[in-house]
Amino acid sequence: MESLDPVLLSRLQFGFTISFHILFPAFTIGLAAWIAVLELLWWLRDRAIYGEISRLWTKVFAVSFGMGVVSGIVLSYEFGTNWSVLSERAGNILGPLLSYEVLTAFFLEAGFIGVMLFGRDRVPRPVHVLSACVVALGTLISAFWILSANSWMQTPQGYVLQDGVFHPVDWSAIVFNPSFPYRFMHMVAAAFLTTAFVVGGIGAWYLLAGRRADHGRIMVGMAVSIIVWLAPLQLILGDMHGLNVRDHQPAKLAAMEGHWETQRGAPLILMAWPDMAAETNHLELAIPRIGSLILTHSWDGEVTGLKAFAPQDRPYAPIVFWSFRLMVGVGMLMILVAGLSAWLLLRKRLFDSRWFLRLLMLCSPLGFVAVLAGWVTAEVGRQPWVVYGVLRTTDAVSPVPGGSVAASLALFVLVYGVIFGAGLYYIAKVIRQGSAASQPEQEPMAPRRPMAAAD
Amino acid sequence: MQDYLVIILPLIWAVVIAFGIFVYVLLDGFDLGLGLLFLAAPSHAARDTMMRSVAPVWDGNETWLVLGGAALFAAFPLAYAVILPALYLPLVLMLVGLILRGVAFEFRFKADTSRFLWDWAFAGGSLLATSMQGIALGAFIQGFAVVDRHYAGGAFDWLTPFAILTAFALIAGYTLLACGWLIMKTEGALRDWAFVQAERALVGVVGFILVVSLWTPLQNATVAARWFDWPNIIMFSPVPAVTAAAVVALSYALRRRRVHLPFLLTAALFVLSYTGIAISFFPYIIPPDITIWQAASPPETQSFLLVGLVPILPVILGYTAWNYYVFRGRVREGDGYH
Repeated sequence: MESLDPVLLSRLQFGFTISFHILFPAFTIGLAAWIAVLELLWWLRDRAIYGEISRLWTKVFAVSFGMGVVSGIVLSYEFGTNWSVLSERAGNILGPLLSYEVLTAFFLEAGFIGVMLFGRDRVPRPVHVLSACVVALGTLISAFWILSANSWMQTPQGYVLQDGVFHPVDWSAIVFNPSFPYRFMHMVAAAFLTTAFVVGGIGAWYLLAGRRADHGRIMVGMAVSIIVWLAPLQLILGDMHGLNVRDHQPAKLAAMEGHWETQRGAPLILMAWPDMAAETNHLELAIPRIGSLILTHSWDGEVTGLKAFAPQDRPYAPIVFWSFRLMVGVGMLMILVAGLSAWLLLRKRLFDSRWFLRLLMLCSPLGFVAVLAGWVTAEVGRQPWVVYGVLRTTDAVSPVPGGSVAASLALFVLVYGVIFGAGLYYIAKVIRQGSAASQPEQEPMAPRRPMAAAD
Repeated sequence: MQDYLVIILPLIWAVVIAFGIFVYVLLDGFDLGLGLLFLAAPSHAARDTMMRSVAPVWDGNETWLVLGGAALFAAFPLAYAVILPALYLPLVLMLVGLILRGVAFEFRFKADTSRFLWDWAFAGGSLLATSMQGIALGAFIQGFAVVDRHYAGGAFDWLTPFAILTAFALIAGYTLLACGWLIMKTEGALRDWAFVQAERALVGVVGFILVVSLWTPLQNATVAARWFDWPNIIMFSPVPAVTAAAVVALSYALRRRRVHLPFLLTAALFVLSYTGIAISFFPYIIPPDITIWQAASPPETQSFLLVGLVPILPVILGYTAWNYYVFRGRVREGDGYH
């Protein structure tokens, strides 16, 4: 089985399994927080509608969270099964970060999700609300540790090498490595946007279909109130992250921008096909000087090109270049939606502009596209390194025959395909059933608190 | 100080990881055992009850497996880097089994016409995961070929008659645990059925404990010496003696229809078998040659994680216990799902 390259197959498998996995955290981080807010509103304002919406989305959350859990366990074992040399060399550093994720996040989520999903009638209401909040907190803590580990592989520091093995020297330098704060903020913002677009899209569908319009208005209203400010803010966070990449991973930045030559006053390349062999771009469409303005915030700042790096140290530019453009393009579309929402909100036409609701519905998967494109940019852009600048991906692979990896990859594709299809089907079913539920004639109000009367 | 830490920290971590894996085996053992019993269940309503009895806790139970993997990665990266590639195919199949079992919890209750599919996924996933864990145990006992800090064996070294035997042993063990769980958590016809299944499973468990306990020292001189050399033979003889007593007590408890004892005594059998393995292999973490000290990460790593573990683990145990407390009591047929 000489022809089956374990490095390529292991990369494909890790890429496939992590791309599949990331869809669920990207959705559930925001969803958990939103459900926690709904539960709090339900409890404090005592309006049944918040409880109804929370109940519906908790079912969606349960399916998504379950798929996230089972696909996540695969990853915690793949470090060893497929990247054992990385594990042996960098386990001293990555191991504790992943272990802290288990100790501070996974157990927390698992310990309270049972009560969140099944405990409504078994615990006092504040305890149920608190459980939803704890699950939401768990998802954020999980993001903290896993992004710290990922960021350390992108911008490693706080270690010494002994016989090729990473030894920790400064844990705060390791955990808070240079790219971590930016990646964390960028990813969490992406997760909240992803959820907001899904919730907004489903809410828009409720309104368009004239089903449970009372639910639809709350979904659209709350989603839009996130999108309006978070979509533009994400552009700023992304820009900050980009400047960090410029400082710490210049080869990745050059691939993202499609720059071959190091130059002052670099153009912004809108479209091109980077040719790795010829070291040039085909079909290039560019705006002069804007590249330097964006990347250095000055008209004639110097921008490093790919030729500054030896050919074997360059990431595969066509993928990085285009995945980056896809992400930015989706981001721009989100900002457009944010702008339209703000305009409609001011004119108080948000819920009856059918064209906008249709647009919002079409945009519901946008977050997932942006998250995947962003991760492809970050991870393919890190190549040919697994620990940037120190350990090559080709040197990190397990001594496992290509045939085994091909078999496992085929199995994961098959199983994930089936459960992804089933998961989507059941989520759609939950949402359809939610929309079909009969609308109460009058909302049962039970004002036990002065707050509720003020609504 | 540093020399002292280099000796003591790997010992502490070996205990922590052994504890984590044991908690996993015990807790997910009864979840997986329910999957093994699932298709044989007396009725569809019984299947619903079985699944509902663990729905709020299975996720937490499975998390102990993730802790075991992650802590091994952190504290003994060499063991993680050797054993996982050596068991590549069994572990992948185990993960696929756990995926099918896990999604079945969510999908089954939302399905109407396709429910039978998720019944099969739940049962098949549990069987696949259990047998691959049993194979992993057998392969661990038989040891791994290591050259220059890397696994040097083939893709199918784990596939031996002994590993297949340990797979069946674990199937019997998890089934017995699940019977104990059902006896404790259900009532009526389902509990009566669980008593019958428990007696059958116990016969299997006793047989497998005997065969594995005899076969292991026969194929491994070091293990034989560990148990039968003087004075070890006296020191360790309580383990088989207490095991025999536990089997007798369990058989008695089943005949007397005791409600809590069967689960507790099965758990005791797991503790004793686990202790037996620990006695056989300590201090080797990659049998037959590599010790916990050789595979350990540096004290900087082990102490960094231990500082967090010491305060966090009791909190985890606390809210895990609370979760079980919230869902205490018997699960009745027809109780609603979320």
